[in-house]
Amino acid sequence: MACLRLLLISISLGLAAATGLLAAPAPARPAAIALADRIGWGGGPPVSDPARYLKAQLDPGADDGLPPEVRAEIAAMPISRMSLAEIAADIAQARAAIQAQSPMQPAPTAPAPANAPQNEEARREYRRKLQDYGRQAQTRALLRAIHSRNQLQETLVWFWFNHFNVSQRKGVIAAMVGDYEENAIRPHVLGKFRDLLTATAFHPAMLQYLDNQQNAVGKINENFAREIMELHTMGVGSGYSQKDVQELARILTGVGVNFGAQARPRAVRQGAAAGGGIAFNPRRHDFGDKQFLGQTIKGTGAQEAEQALLILSRQPATARFISRKLAQFYCCDAPPERLVAAMAATFRRTDGDIRAVLTTLFTAPDFTAAPGTKFKDPMHYALSAVRAAYGETPVLNVAPILNWLQRMGQPFYGRETPDGYPLTAEAWNGPGAMEMRFEIAGLVGAGRPSLLQPEAQPPQGGRGARLQPPDLRGSPYVQALLPHLAATTADALAKARSPADWNMLFLSAPEFMYR
Amino acid sequence: MDRRTLLKSAFYTAPLFTAGRLFALPAESAPRLLVLFLRGAYDAANIVVPVGSDFYLAARPNIAVPKEKTLALDGDWGLHPALAESIYPLWQQKQIAFVPFAGPDDLSRSHFQTQDTIELGQPVGGSRNYRSGFLSRLAQAVAGETPIAFTSQLPLCFRGGDPVPNIALEQAARPSLAGRNAELIQAMYQGQELAPAVAEGFAVRAQVYEAISQEMQAANRDAVSPRGFELAAQRIGLLMRERYNLGFVDVGGWDTHVNQGGVEGYLPNRIGELGRGLKLLAETLGPRWNETVVIVVSEFGRTFRENGNRGTDHGHGSTYWVLGGGVKGGRIAGRQAPVTEASLHQDRDWPVLNDYRGLIGGILRRGYGLSETQLQTVFPSVPAQDLALV
Repeated sequence: MACLRLLLISISLGLAAATGLLAAPAPARPAAIALADRIGWGGGPPVSDPARYLKAQLDPGADDGLPPEVRAEIAAMPISRMSLAEIAADIAQARAAIQAQSPMQPAPTAPAPANAPQNEEARREYRRKLQDYGRQAQTRALLRAIHSRNQLQETLVWFWFNHFNVSQRKGVIAAMVGDYEENAIRPHVLGKFRDLLTATAFHPAMLQYLDNQQNAVGKINENFAREIMELHTMGVGSGYSQKDVQELARILTGVGVNFGAQARPRAVRQGAAAGGGIAFNPRRHDFGDKQFLGQTIKGTGAQEAEQALLILSRQPATARFISRKLAQFYCCDAPPERLVAAMAATFRRTDGDIRAVLTTLFTAPDFTAAPGTKFKDPMHYALSAVRAAYGETPVLNVAPILNWLQRMGQPFYGRETPDGYPLTAEAWNGPGAMEMRFEIAGLVGAGRPSLLQPEAQPPQGGRGARLQPPDLRGSPYVQALLPHLAATTADALAKARSPADWNMLFLSAPEFMYR
Repeated sequence: MDRRTLLKSAFYTAPLFTAGRLFALPAESAPRLLVLFLRGAYDAANIVVPVGSDFYLAARPNIAVPKEKTLALDGDWGLHPALAESIYPLWQQKQIAFVPFAGPDDLSRSHFQTQDTIELGQPVGGSRNYRSGFLSRLAQAVAGETPIAFTSQLPLCFRGGDPVPNIALEQAARPSLAGRNAELIQAMYQGQELAPAVAEGFAVRAQVYEAISQEMQAANRDAVSPRGFELAAQRIGLLMRERYNLGFVDVGGWDTHVNQGGVEGYLPNRIGELGRGLKLLAETLGPRWNETVVIVVSEFGRTFRENGNRGTDHGHGSTYWVLGGGVKGGRIAGRQAPVTEASLHQDRDWPVLNDYRGLIGGILRRGYGLSETQLQTVFPSVPAQDLALV
């Protein structure tokens, strides 16, 4: 049966090439790669039983199948051994070294002011430390994204990080993004939405990013409150008012960051939110009663915030907003209303069970009918190319990938605004973006720079040494896709003059731009 | 390569040269328009300062810029001293006007929604068409427009219509793909939705590289190389002098909820860099500055009172800038309200008295000679407000 279909497709392709009359169609993608391309980062080997694959992806085991070399590289990172409190202490010490030499305190949101030269070295060391922690977190995340067999989990980690976005360019967040992803996002990506909402809201990275550590009674800062409602839960225009934002800001007063006695000796560490660098300071809290989304929240302290988040997680608007965004990421730029409604119904029925909502999505006819139509964002593009090119061979140097993401306009952990990166094609398929993608296709295709040696090692043979292009054509993914390429693509590939050019053309082909 | 291949590649490269605007140069004296978007909502009241208002000082005990520190604009308004060397000379030459109480009629106070509102330029309240930005509609309405976005992603305002090139100006190195491989790539997109974008992408990249490498050879004698927005502005000036007449660029980093500074500090540093960039832009445009209009917009103003952290939260009315060699400036333009506690919108921020669509529409009508019907395709249902700025 499979053989027969293959034969028919190649006949029709041959016909198109011979007559030259047919416009390039979007040929059907083989089922063996379509699903994995859509729920994972793509470029992986064909799967023999898509239904079983889906089941396993929705319920991943503890074993992520990382190659031993990759596992060892991750285990060797300081962030894999240090708690967030230890990292914070290290950063605080580096900052203290600057301040010891200068009375000026850097403003939390502002870049460091120009300083006297004598503390320049301490300042450089501080910045180096921050960057290094951030870099470790980026590396760990990309290594897992490339090599983990739990691909749905990995795309979800990216999706939810992007949904609850923080930027490592602000404050000391670079030192915290690793813990944020590891402990606030990753454990909950297939669990209850409410847990994800609570874990991110009470993480020091988020509280610093959206200024809630400054939010106190009589000194209201409504930044965090607004973005929770607008971006994290209900969505703008879904019925809440300016008054609701102000009340939520009052509810959140006193929830701040404190890494213990060293950082702020007199702050009181107590309340439900305490732990992991978070402190509730009752002296900064507004203990008046609040009217929030039609409900009265009694002024009781730390648990008010948890109460408010629970209310938000159960709003019908939240069920819709989250469902629509998931559908937009995994299925289509403009998800059909009936698909969103079905997912939102599951959301409400299961009290926001993400696994259940995704099951509704992935088994819906609207989803299964549309493979190969979603334009890849830069992450999908870069990672699918790397995964197709290297397969099981361990990638140990992700620095080039970070550079490509930056050049394609999607720097990793680098979105400065809390809305996260856009999820639709128009943001990524403009003329400049396409041209950049082809350039990167050329780099991946030539194997330049090498992804296979750890960054710290000098390139073998020195600069300018001959690099081996990856065997893209021999990869199981490409082999599965080849018979389904449009005649125009096959024609161009046939004209490639070298393996590197063939790789570049394949990675530039329209078929490779979609998932 | 056989004969058939040769013929085919010649055929496939054809669109590169026939895609209309690609290689059409704008007429030397054609009007040039650059829209500069300050994303994040800059705190207008601390830059174009209502020095005539006692309430201003009362509302901002820690961050106000006192009158004696500002540069006098008129009796009621003063300019932030960080702009003394860059923007104030333009004011003295009457090449810049400020329009306070400006913005859209979007009250969400959401950065993202309000930025979208401005870029789409469609009536607020109706359903939005995300494939129709106002600059794209302008490019359709005016013959001979050569639009470009100086951004790493194509902005909403340029969506819809013919594909508009975008280029991130910090990354303008030599193109690595050219010639045969570029032709083969274009061949793969033949007949596909993305074919025009692909062709345009190759063409623009080559043009930008050519223009910038000329500049780098010409200049640079003992000059300090500009960085950040100043570098971008210089390159914009070059590209708009030579090749493009409708541009868009955005600058972020204005969302100052905490420690924004007053006379000195974070916001003054940011606005100072912006001012220096605009000065460099004017210089680079040379004689073409006379045909150029730059409109500086931002999604909303900020709370008129400072917040608890020496910053400001999301507000409503902002102050827009209109500058250019031919601009009838040196004045505060548009409808105004007294800056008092009583005139605050929702006891919080500035009202919007000058709808940005009317404001820009008025400039378009004069600058491009657009008819009311043409204007309606750019900004449906909002009449142009003629402030006689050009």
